[in-house]
Amino acid sequence: MIRYVAVLLQTLVAMALAPGLVGFIRWLKARLQGRRGAAPWQPYFELRKLFGKEAVISHTASWIFTATPFVLFGTSVLVASVVPLIIAPAGRFLIGDLFATVYLLLLGTFFLALAGLDTGSPFGGMGASREMTVVALTEPTVALSIVALALNAGSTSFSQIVSHTLAQPSAALGPGHLLAFAALFIVTLAETGRLPVDNPSTHLELTMIHEAMILEYSGPYLALIEWGAALKLLVFLALAANLFMPWGIALWLSPAAIAIGLLSFVAKLGVLAVAIAVLETRVAKLRLFRVPELLSASFVLALLAVMSTFLVR
Amino acid sequence: MPSGNLGLVVMVLGYGAGAGLSLLAPSDRAARVLTAIGAAIGCIGGLIAASSVLVTRVPVDATFGSLVSAAGGVAIHLDPLGAFFLLLVALVGLPAAVYGVTYTSEYEGRHSLRLFGLMFNGFLLGMSLVPCAANIFTFLFAWELMAITSYFLVMTESQYAETRYAGLWYAVMTHFGFLVLLPMFLIMAPGSGATAFADLRTHAALMSGSAKSVVFLLAMVAFGSKAGLVPLHVWLPRAHPAAPSHVSALMSGVMIKLGVYGVLRVVVDFLGAGPAWWGGLVLAAGSISALSGVLYALTENDLKRLLAYSSVENVGVIFLGIGAGLVLQSYGLHTLALVGFGAALLHTLNHAFFKALLFLATGNVLHEAHTRNMERMGGLIKGMPQTAALFLIGSAAAAALPPLNGFASEWMVFQALLSGVQIPQPDVAIGAPLAIGVLALTSGLAAACFVKAFGISFLAMPRSEEAARARESHWSSRAVMGVLAAGCVGLGLAAPRIFDGLFRIAGSLFAAGSSASPPAVGRLWLAAPNGVAQVSPLLIAVAAALAIGVPVALLRWRGLQWRRADTWGCGRIQQTARMEYTSSAFAEPLRRVFSELYRPTEDLTINVHPDSRYFIRSITYTSAVVPWIERAFYDPVARGMRACATQVRRLQGGSVHLYLLYLSGALMAALVAAWWFR
Repeated sequence: MIRYVAVLLQTLVAMALAPGLVGFIRWLKARLQGRRGAAPWQPYFELRKLFGKEAVISHTASWIFTATPFVLFGTSVLVASVVPLIIAPAGRFLIGDLFATVYLLLLGTFFLALAGLDTGSPFGGMGASREMTVVALTEPTVALSIVALALNAGSTSFSQIVSHTLAQPSAALGPGHLLAFAALFIVTLAETGRLPVDNPSTHLELTMIHEAMILEYSGPYLALIEWGAALKLLVFLALAANLFMPWGIALWLSPAAIAIGLLSFVAKLGVLAVAIAVLETRVAKLRLFRVPELLSASFVLALLAVMSTFLVR
Repeated sequence: MPSGNLGLVVMVLGYGAGAGLSLLAPSDRAARVLTAIGAAIGCIGGLIAASSVLVTRVPVDATFGSLVSAAGGVAIHLDPLGAFFLLLVALVGLPAAVYGVTYTSEYEGRHSLRLFGLMFNGFLLGMSLVPCAANIFTFLFAWELMAITSYFLVMTESQYAETRYAGLWYAVMTHFGFLVLLPMFLIMAPGSGATAFADLRTHAALMSGSAKSVVFLLAMVAFGSKAGLVPLHVWLPRAHPAAPSHVSALMSGVMIKLGVYGVLRVVVDFLGAGPAWWGGLVLAAGSISALSGVLYALTENDLKRLLAYSSVENVGVIFLGIGAGLVLQSYGLHTLALVGFGAALLHTLNHAFFKALLFLATGNVLHEAHTRNMERMGGLIKGMPQTAALFLIGSAAAAALPPLNGFASEWMVFQALLSGVQIPQPDVAIGAPLAIGVLALTSGLAAACFVKAFGISFLAMPRSEEAARARESHWSSRAVMGVLAAGCVGLGLAAPRIFDGLFRIAGSLFAAGSSASPPAVGRLWLAAPNGVAQVSPLLIAVAAALAIGVPVALLRWRGLQWRRADTWGCGRIQQTARMEYTSSAFAEPLRRVFSELYRPTEDLTINVHPDSRYFIRSITYTSAVVPWIERAFYDPVARGMRACATQVRRLQGGSVHLYLLYLSGALMAALVAAWWFR
């Protein structure tokens, strides 16, 4: 019972933190670019505003369009509750492993791409097409990063990977882990629509991917999508943090351990958010047809990670 | 009579009655109904026989030695592996037969529905007998029955040149496979009197390693051409679109799986553990099929061809599971090997369900939109909402999305491949992560492909008059599709239990496997071989329903204000279907990324005014993806065949004397040969 309460707690914390994470990255980016920027808690106000507004739905749209925000938000929440954010108790982790998580996220993306096509807007189709291209090309990198982790831990189960890294800290600094981390970080940028793959703050049709798909959304639907996307970013950063640097995570469910887990989680998120903000002020967006080169580079990194794990073993 | 034998009798009688009665039917309408009734009874008989074998684990045996005794008689032996494939035939055959009643009504007066009924039932009978056969003659007879009847079914709409061309490809490829089967059985058979499969099994244990390898290669070619492994897949994208949709569902859902059955029967059952390169070859063939299948599916605008290429992809995934099993078996890791074979069987079952569902739904679409070209569809979700929802379930299952059945089997294939890293030889084990990368890329591309298939065909605005007018089909066809869709969901949720059973079926194939127990941890959890990584499709479904349902309920409770408006059109007055993203446009980014593989042909013609080249009258741009793999492989073969045929033609002098000379010469040669080899 206490396990389910802890998982619920972790999910609620993730949902509460997600808009703040996006706001923090925006604020820090503004500061780094010499602007003043909105306060980090601005996304919370935006969500409240959107939830209070009326939604506009295209004449062309079908039920897919109205169902998608819930599917996207629901899968993001579900993933936030199955990955180790604050707690990583031994044994099975609620419903699945790393592969299952990847496919759950794919479920949300699948529906989002369909919703992009549903309105009949050329922008939506463009976004859907590009998003599916990027997602398809990131899949092998994700899988090989998982393999690199699983080779060390002997399993694709989250708790096994986390506990194994904690037991053998030297493995976490080995080449396999570091290369896999680099690969997964690039994938994080691609999957969550950050620079240099997609620009989260543009509405210029030639460059956008994620924003093009959700162009027709408004009101509470848009709020759900924005929130779900923020949650997805948080989950990816948490995966990168906790699978490779799990220190501080709560292995048993005592209040003190959970408090430490929460603090270390926020600290790790902060570090990665700063990294993203700095990166986004330093690099320009890649042309769409340069993106596959970046993704194949990340694939090679993941492959090297697997190779080196083999050699070290 | 035990229920297994009874089931087989009912099955044969049902198909026989269906074939005979529909041929004698007084009217087209009666022929349609009789075809379906016979086929349904046959399928129910098959269902009874297969499930009694699967439940009791007692094989059904029957021999009719006097029937065609010169060839060894007819022998039936239904073991758990055969029963699984018989079950597959019956489970897909039943919905297809019911669907056919209304679907074939448009053929009334145009094609002979009596002949169709004969061929349809013959096809089902052939497919049902293949997994029951217990000697070479019975197997080859059933195999050929299946091939010939399906050829006639493909040729139903033979008034189109395209169909006749497809039929030619199909006939050639399927008989090429048959031709390769003969030497395979010849090598395996110990003597002229011993053609029972039991004899082959005992003889295989005595065969030399190189003879076994030759048999393995022949089996891969013969059964691979039926299963649709690249580069022997060429007939699939031609024959599937040409055949009536419920026949495509059977061909794609079941018939190509009998190629998988053949490989499992001959390689795993008869030959047993072989060298590691066997598994490596199967893994390579599976990887190439999976990847090139999905890549060609992506660029396809013809909905049925897209599904056909997706079948090539899924057969590739199945062979990835088999390959993992073979490699692991050759290193003596029997329990892990069984996970590979079990995963392959699970994907075989799952693919049969979702692909049959997709083909039947496509049949409804063709019936209404009168085209297979997705560029002429769109907006069908408004006219045919239920067909659209069913197609969406099939698409999501094909894209391996949880909690549907495609996800469960792909997860198991991933875990089977991942256990390949436990092979003690690092240079072999490194192949496992590569195969995992291929499988992951395949599943990502499959998701893109089915977003396209569903999104372009069913969503947005209709791109043609017919698509705008499309309405739902007859309720019976939607009902059988509903059953298949329920199967996609149910097989996904119950995957742990089903995998348990399939693991045991695979275990019955070799001695070391029968004692192995599946990596089970309760009824809800699919488990990796080491039991640590686990996933529960049922709990995923429950949790997803909660995570999606709670926000829906909350938003409903708060009250959601909304209104309808036009899609934003950049200030244009009117948004038309011509502004939508098309099927080609959707696939364009991936086509560019993989342009080295696709090698698209592009042709740009600008027609200018004769007086000034600045006045352009028209611009024509055509671009096509011609599968160069097929050309590179088959063009030389076709050229060689033609050259041979030209040479052989010289024999034909047109003079009777010459032919008489040939006759006596051939007779002499035969006599001398018989004397020589005695």
